[in-house]
Amino acid sequence: MPIPQALAAGSIAVSRPGPPRWRLPLPGSELAWAIAFVIPYAAVFLAFVVYPVAYGLSLARDPSLYVDLVSDPLYARTVINTLLFVALGVNVKMFLALLVSGFFMRRRWWIRALLVVYILPWALPSVPAFVSFHWMLIGEYGFLDSLLSALFGIEGPIWFNDRWLALGADVVSYIWKWLPFWTLVFLAGRMAIPREIYDAADVDGATGPRRFLHVVYPLLANMYLVCTLLSTLWTIGDFTTVSLVSGGAPARSSEVLATLGIHYAFDVGVPSLGVAAVLSALPVLIPVAAILMRRLQMREVQL
Amino acid sequence: MSVAPAPGQAAPRPRYRLRRALGEAASVALGLVLLIWSLLPVYNMLLIALDPEEGETEFAGLIWPPEPSLESFRVVLVGGYWFIEHFWHKFGNSLYLGLMTMVLTLLIGSLASFALGRTRLSRLRWLASAPLFTYAIPASFLVIPFHRVMHVYGLTDNLWAVIAADVTFAVPYAILIFQQYAKLIPIELDEAARVDGGSLAQVYLRIYLPLMAPALAAVGTFALLYAWSEYIYQYLLLSSERNMTVAVAIAQFFDADEAPWNYMMATAIVYSLPPIAIFYALRRTMTAGLTFGGVGK
Repeated sequence: MPIPQALAAGSIAVSRPGPPRWRLPLPGSELAWAIAFVIPYAAVFLAFVVYPVAYGLSLARDPSLYVDLVSDPLYARTVINTLLFVALGVNVKMFLALLVSGFFMRRRWWIRALLVVYILPWALPSVPAFVSFHWMLIGEYGFLDSLLSALFGIEGPIWFNDRWLALGADVVSYIWKWLPFWTLVFLAGRMAIPREIYDAADVDGATGPRRFLHVVYPLLANMYLVCTLLSTLWTIGDFTTVSLVSGGAPARSSEVLATLGIHYAFDVGVPSLGVAAVLSALPVLIPVAAILMRRLQMREVQL
Repeated sequence: MSVAPAPGQAAPRPRYRLRRALGEAASVALGLVLLIWSLLPVYNMLLIALDPEEGETEFAGLIWPPEPSLESFRVVLVGGYWFIEHFWHKFGNSLYLGLMTMVLTLLIGSLASFALGRTRLSRLRWLASAPLFTYAIPASFLVIPFHRVMHVYGLTDNLWAVIAADVTFAVPYAILIFQQYAKLIPIELDEAARVDGGSLAQVYLRIYLPLMAPALAAVGTFALLYAWSEYIYQYLLLSSERNMTVAVAIAQFFDADEAPWNYMMATAIVYSLPPIAIFYALRRTMTAGLTFGGVGK
């Protein structure tokens, strides 16, 4: 589980001396070698990031595209869906992850065993996971509705016939897939808090919710912010969940920007409109990315 | 001093015990909820895959397989249905994609992080965080121009287009992790090697790479699993039967109106097994390799 550890380390680990400095006179060839080492990545970055981005920007530079977008009711609906998907998909998930990570701090054998099962959604590739969600909710006899009627005698709804139920299903599936990952991130963060701090809090009588509020949360606050920003970037760009779980049903009313952009570009066949649709997320993406970069660059300790 | 316990003071003990028992019961309940939450969709996959005939279980409102059978797995493994014809060929494509992404990510990432972190280039601190700009553009947003740029490069319907995309998104992460991990390796080792006349390439090969082994293992696994799980680039960039991967084959079932769902779920399960096996097998090693500094103490 490299990512959680690294994220935890990035925002919590004790600060280390800055970049190493050579104290020796250097042979002149050193810089040449160093540049040669960076060239492969620079080539990848130019060929597969800079060029496509520039190409995309040039595709979507026509202002009339944005007039078309705004006048399309599908676009307005999609923006609302995207805002809801991101707001719920990020915040509910992060908050649950923070709480559940506290549960997994308990030292019981069965809780450790449960953790092994709990990370299964993360280990599962996204296509099988979301295909399963789609099938669980489809029609009148999807597994979930069958279960509801067998256990409680309730007749479940037809999930993909209603915009809000469909969008809700997307959000829940998304949370299901990524909750374990963020739980592990916070678990690593909590384990990085020195035992003595907990002990001191115990002595002062801070236990349970009060310990969480006055000890754990302030210590993890910076990390929580960094993770929330990162997760926001990832969630805005999420295509697979909505594409496979609800597929935009009913009648494209549960689309998000990522799926709508692909729909315009590949189904309708107007790539410039597709790029314009996703570019309209830039006013949100850029500030989030900028704050995130600043936070990641600040290497000082928050503990 | 003898203190006669007042009636009011005797109470806290049982109340404390009661609270403990309640806390224990609550955590067992939460554990059960988490267990069901985690396993329900997985159970649903098995339920459909174990059904010998399409359309019996999933549309009959049953919550257990009435006649569990491994028939659909057999069909998948011999490629006995036209969506999953040449199953092993597609599986091979997925594997090739994953392995190439892994190798290139490790190579390009370690070279760049070495140069950015341990040579004179490290003075340009902004350079080290430049790769992270990639993450300001979501992969699903980049895919539209990317698709057209691949025409320019002559990589239409080519696995290498997907490999390029996966490497593009895996390397910034690799550089980030390598830089964090490399801080644990004393720079004096490099200096000593340089004093003995070693070139920068030798320092990279003989000192940097061997000492970075745990981070390389972790990032390599990440890259492999990332390529295995990534969907949108495979879906949009690969079109022919010859270059198709298993993930795209599963999605093909999806687009069809009438398809045997039990075969689809069996394919999905078979496709999920390798990453799950790798994930669980390497879980501990990876954790041990990446508990930087204070983490894990």
